[in-house]
Amino acid sequence: MRAVYLRELASYFSSMIAYITVGLLLAVLGLVLWVFPDFSLLQTPFASIDALFEIAPLIFIFLIPAFTMRTFAEEKQAATLEVLLTRPISAWHIVTGKYLATLSWLAIALLPTLIYVYSIYQLGSPPGNIDLGQIGASYFGLFLLGAVFCAIGVFASAQTSNQIVAFVMAVFFCFVLYYGFYFISRIASFSGSLDAIIESLGIDYHYHSISRGVIETRDLMYFICLIGLCLTWTWVTITKRT
Amino acid sequence: MSILVSHLSKQFGPQKAVNDISFQVGKGEILGFLGPNGAGKTTTMRMITGYLAPDAGEIRINDIPVSEENQAIKALIGYLPENNPLYLDMYVKEYLRYVARIYNIDQPWKRISEVIGMTGLSTESHKLIRSLSKGYRQRVGLAQAILHDPEVLILDEATSGLDPNQLIEIRQLIRDLGKEKTILLSTHIMQEVQALCDRVVIINKGIIVGDGNIHMLSQNLSNAYRVEVIFSRPVVGITLREISGYIRHDDAGGNRYIITGEESTLNEAIFDFAIRKNLKILEMSTLRESVENIFQQLTTKAS
Repeated sequence: MRAVYLRELASYFSSMIAYITVGLLLAVLGLVLWVFPDFSLLQTPFASIDALFEIAPLIFIFLIPAFTMRTFAEEKQAATLEVLLTRPISAWHIVTGKYLATLSWLAIALLPTLIYVYSIYQLGSPPGNIDLGQIGASYFGLFLLGAVFCAIGVFASAQTSNQIVAFVMAVFFCFVLYYGFYFISRIASFSGSLDAIIESLGIDYHYHSISRGVIETRDLMYFICLIGLCLTWTWVTITKRT
Repeated sequence: MSILVSHLSKQFGPQKAVNDISFQVGKGEILGFLGPNGAGKTTTMRMITGYLAPDAGEIRINDIPVSEENQAIKALIGYLPENNPLYLDMYVKEYLRYVARIYNIDQPWKRISEVIGMTGLSTESHKLIRSLSKGYRQRVGLAQAILHDPEVLILDEATSGLDPNQLIEIRQLIRDLGKEKTILLSTHIMQEVQALCDRVVIINKGIIVGDGNIHMLSQNLSNAYRVEVIFSRPVVGITLREISGYIRHDDAGGNRYIITGEESTLNEAIFDFAIRKNLKILEMSTLRESVENIFQQLTTKAS
């Protein structure tokens, strides 16, 4: 597992992939938070960074699938997966190795955004007048959300040898899980009966629950189960060969 | 037996890719695995390496059954797949370090430089795999297959894309490796089989149509023996019938005759004939069935 993990991580940083994706995330977040007047923190009267946690999932829906689309699809295309599977390493270790590498990338991508938090912290009146506990919980929620998207991306990548197909599939699944259930729950005929249940199937519901600063077991379990499901399915896909 | 394949079958949809094949490879043996494209060579090799699960039959390596889950058995095998898949964005040494990590090789750098030396990669070892020529990529493929010093090597068209000089070097390497290891080598280059293999298994449409050493196979195919002989002076065709076991002859011109007989002692019979007729033999050679011929006969006969 360690070998696969290290190889993946090295490949992110020896190619442009990691730099471009992290750079893009920072650039878009920076523009939205500081430049675009509709969201700009400089225009709001409160020292709050909630806008970051509203915008980031939207960026993740596209950015994470773009990043993860190559994990298995590239190896399938090049047939290197065949060699890897004949080596003394279990398929589960290949999946987890690759997945942990994407999580490491996610953590690295989120790290520089702390600069924005620090800036807001300094902008508070008096400086430091900001709810750090809530921001911490929001980061935790955002990381979990990203972790789910990574698992979806890895899963989608294992289904095909075409990276574009993997990307489109992953974007679709991320979108449905994040927004889809919320919108379905708003269909009038579900109102008052199933709407709460349907809404609670979506990532959005649990993400916002954690973002409020309350980390509940059921929200945690939701994310862990979703990740487990995606990775198990990935494992099934790559072990099932005809 | 190092590799034992018994009653192996694999079906893809309606097509039987491999149909009840059995063969074995002993330690220190290089077995040539021959067959036309789509005969089932790669499928068989994939099953031996544990990549594909067979529908029926069993594969044993050193008497241990191969299965996908058995990681220990996988460490005994070195595999170079068809088309030699490599991570093009890695450096040669980086790739070998990665492979070494998977196999938990002690003192990885020592072993890596050893293997780089063996495969003749020294001058290219600092390069990106993407920038290597096909011949050098093939060496990287071979290097990753032998890095963990496996007992069994499965080489699927190992020498494709090499130039004649590289071919000789790589064949020499395979021959050296074959002294201690068990090698299963698939190819459709016939000279390769003649140059390298102790034995061949010929497969066509999923079934084995020939198994044995090249000489034996040619004997089984036809009971006729052919000898090419040059006499010192022309011989009247009719008198050649006096050669015992004579079947027919071809006059190749310039006192050169190709004589077909039914006994393995044809050479002696020709010699005796020459003495009786007071002929001098300037040259005489037994014509063997070439591997191409054997291959063609066996694979077209079955279809």
